[in-house]
Amino acid sequence: MTIEATMAREHPVPQEARAGTPLPAVRVDYRCEPRAVRIAIIAIAVTFLALFVVLPLIVVFASALSKGMVAYFAALSDPEALSAIRLTLLVAAISVGINLVFGLTAAWAITKFDFRGKTFLISLIDLPFSVSPVISGLIFVLLFGAQGFLGPFLEDHHVQVLFAVPGLALATTFVTFPFVARALIPLMQEQGTQEEEAAISLGASGLQTFFRVTLPNIKWGVLYGVLLCNARAMGEFGAVSVVSGHIRGETNTMPLLVEILYNEYQFVASFAIASLLAMLALITLIAKTVLERHLDEGKLPHDD
Amino acid sequence: MTIEVKNLVKKYGAFAALDNVSIRVADGELLALLGPSGSGKTTLLRIIAGLDWPDSGEVSFDGENALARGAAERQVGFVFQHYALFRHMTVFENVAFGLRVQPRAIRRNEAAIRARVKELLDLVQLDWLANRYPGQLSGGQRQRIALARALAIEPRILLLDEPFGALDAKVRKELRQWLRALHDQIHMTSIFVTHDQEEALEVANRVVVMDKGRIEQMGTPNDVYDNPASAFVHGFIGESIELPVDVANGEVRIGGTQVPLAAEGLANGPSILFIRRHDVQVSPVGSGALQGAVIRVRSFGPVQRAEVMIAHAQLPIEIDAPRDRELRPGDIVGLKPRRYRIFAA
Amino acid sequence: MAAIAVRRSVLPGFGLTMGLTLTWLSVIVLIPLAGLFLKTSELSLDQFWVIVSSRRTLNALKISFGLAFLAALVNLVMGTIVVWALVRYRFPGRRLLDAIVDVPFALPTAVAGVALSALFAEKGWLGAPLAALGLKVAFTPIGIFVAMVFIGIPFVVRTVQPVLIELDPEIEEAATSLGANRWQTVTRVILPSLVPALLTGLALAFARAVGEYGSVIFIAGNLPNVSEIAPLLIVIRLSEFRYADATAIAVVMLVAAFLIIFVVNRLQRWAQTRLPMH
Repeated sequence: MTIEATMAREHPVPQEARAGTPLPAVRVDYRCEPRAVRIAIIAIAVTFLALFVVLPLIVVFASALSKGMVAYFAALSDPEALSAIRLTLLVAAISVGINLVFGLTAAWAITKFDFRGKTFLISLIDLPFSVSPVISGLIFVLLFGAQGFLGPFLEDHHVQVLFAVPGLALATTFVTFPFVARALIPLMQEQGTQEEEAAISLGASGLQTFFRVTLPNIKWGVLYGVLLCNARAMGEFGAVSVVSGHIRGETNTMPLLVEILYNEYQFVASFAIASLLAMLALITLIAKTVLERHLDEGKLPHDD
Repeated sequence: MTIEVKNLVKKYGAFAALDNVSIRVADGELLALLGPSGSGKTTLLRIIAGLDWPDSGEVSFDGENALARGAAERQVGFVFQHYALFRHMTVFENVAFGLRVQPRAIRRNEAAIRARVKELLDLVQLDWLANRYPGQLSGGQRQRIALARALAIEPRILLLDEPFGALDAKVRKELRQWLRALHDQIHMTSIFVTHDQEEALEVANRVVVMDKGRIEQMGTPNDVYDNPASAFVHGFIGESIELPVDVANGEVRIGGTQVPLAAEGLANGPSILFIRRHDVQVSPVGSGALQGAVIRVRSFGPVQRAEVMIAHAQLPIEIDAPRDRELRPGDIVGLKPRRYRIFAA
Repeated sequence: MAAIAVRRSVLPGFGLTMGLTLTWLSVIVLIPLAGLFLKTSELSLDQFWVIVSSRRTLNALKISFGLAFLAALVNLVMGTIVVWALVRYRFPGRRLLDAIVDVPFALPTAVAGVALSALFAEKGWLGAPLAALGLKVAFTPIGIFVAMVFIGIPFVVRTVQPVLIELDPEIEEAATSLGANRWQTVTRVILPSLVPALLTGLALAFARAVGEYGSVIFIAGNLPNVSEIAPLLIVIRLSEFRYADATAIAVVMLVAAFLIIFVVNRLQRWAQTRLPMH
């Protein structure tokens, strides 16, 4: 019984009463609350989401444009802003790239083979999700900081990890580690190994099988994972804040710049950059919905 | 309690789920609604229960308009195909549910509820499962608990929607007999829906055969089996041979040649000859209404199933013959139908 | 590699991909995390205890965990209302509302942080009317609470949504045919069957809010002992080069997070028993 059928009962098609045939006296739809209750529930839900989600979004754009379009674009073309945008794109590209390769590798290992400890391995891969962003940055400070485990070693070799792009990339990679794998694993598990086995039996090598057989099947899953990974990578704040050192013009990603500008009361500039990130989020959500539809289609039952 | 359904109509757009359906159920009767999917039997049951509403028509219980009340007030016990047990409650709480939600005015006290639940669990012989959860029960046990739960509220009628449909064959047979015995014990007016004609014939006092929202025939199992009123009923109940024939002026022809079968009162035109497979007697060639050549023979158990090509017909038919006289491919035989019907095609 | 039992497989590449996976996992995730615990182990138990039980640390932990729990409770109630409206009713804008639920998840935390801070500041769109009523939100614990509610909105809704959609209508029909009115059906039959999913959502919202940093620090006052969250204290300790303190607090939070994950797994297994019986 779908919601449609339930709703259909609410609006009965009127039938003419035949002579002598009394119409039903009471139409009680047992699956619905009284109208007043329904309206109240919808009103509460809409109000809650409007206040807590819609308003903050609007505030971002309203504040960014509060001094007009000229000020808005001026803020965005400021050298610091451009440098932050470049840095964000660079760090995101690195971490998405790394996690893409990892995700494909891990998904292949996990879904095409049988071994004990699979669930354990998957929960290990999921670990970064349960770690607070600040802690995600902290662990790299502990490794690479001046007092960290590898600190002296790095200094001796004049390698800068923290307060530089490598540190930012590492922290971001950690935080976005599971995204691609998590998108691919259930998808590939459902698809099984039959097609790959067929390819092997026909003489294809492992790599050929992967590129010609597996990859086309999982392309929507890959896009989905990359999309989510990228969104998180560009928006990451806590972890990056810890490892960045906030060196203006050099190690500030967009989220970090938003913070700095806001603390300096440069609200228009801060919200201008924030508005870019907000637009990224909205585009990600739209693309996500579209991709989910493709993924659902790919999950139709096979006839085996 | 008697149930009367008059001129019930229910349409979904252009599709008629129920097309002017009327039945009367006697007090204490066990009635089967039998038909293929889409025949309207479940819709009819749900309307009687109050889980669905007709576009027009009347439903009365003991003369009282039942449609004036919703499902919660009709005091109808409903058993679902997939049991619909409350998985977060124990078996005991499931059965007690109907008693616990009664309005305070008529609700029993805790001790009385407990006693009634125990009584019902004893009735279905599952009192030892009282503290288990539905997830821990087998399919047959779940269905019996569902029945106990429905009976707890002392319903005036019991409605069962394909109650054994989700169970495997052996359990289904056991529960069928169990339901029959239970009904003999409690004598509650009951209607059950099934698409399994064997089940309907075995269990019910009366059978209502439905197709495409209409009633094809109502009667005792024997009536429906021995005297099918239409081609649909004959084809749906029991296994039949169906042979296309032509009727012209009281004569029956196969492929243009007349055969000595009775056809008075039948309209001219293409028709179908229905014979039960085992109602055909094999006789020496030349005798019997039909002549044919045996193409293939399969023996299993006490029966030979022979594929026979009837003279002048386009397709062969299958007959069941006893094994005392062995048939072989190539034999030319006569066939004497002991009982047959002809319906317009 | 020998520790993992491998059934002979037709497909090639197990050794390579498994090796890469484990290496990668270790380098990016396991070793850094291990470093945290290693650093903490440099402290004696006494030292650890002194750090963790210091007044400022305890207050920070209390604020983080306490307010996160309250926020998760609010999301439990509101999330149930929202998911009920989304699944059970049809109204204009329903699909849009459904998409809006995901925004707190997709929006970068810093953006959420500055937005909420501006919204609830004394001159903000919501802060002004609230201040007129005598309620100051920004730079108080209430602000922290508000940010944590924001961040947890998707969790209860998305966890409960599939369960509510899959709910067998026959269950409600059974309850009605047994004489239950609508309120009884909802409270005795529908909501109880949602309990595992509700609790899972609650735990997930709680876990997320506890560790939240970016959305919270703009609207919080960040006053020690009053409106300072534990992640901020970690950052401050780091900037003071008090690594030991930072790691001690981090370990406490990490252990709590792992416990919550464990509970969530249990809850999800319990939820499996409530699936439809077809």
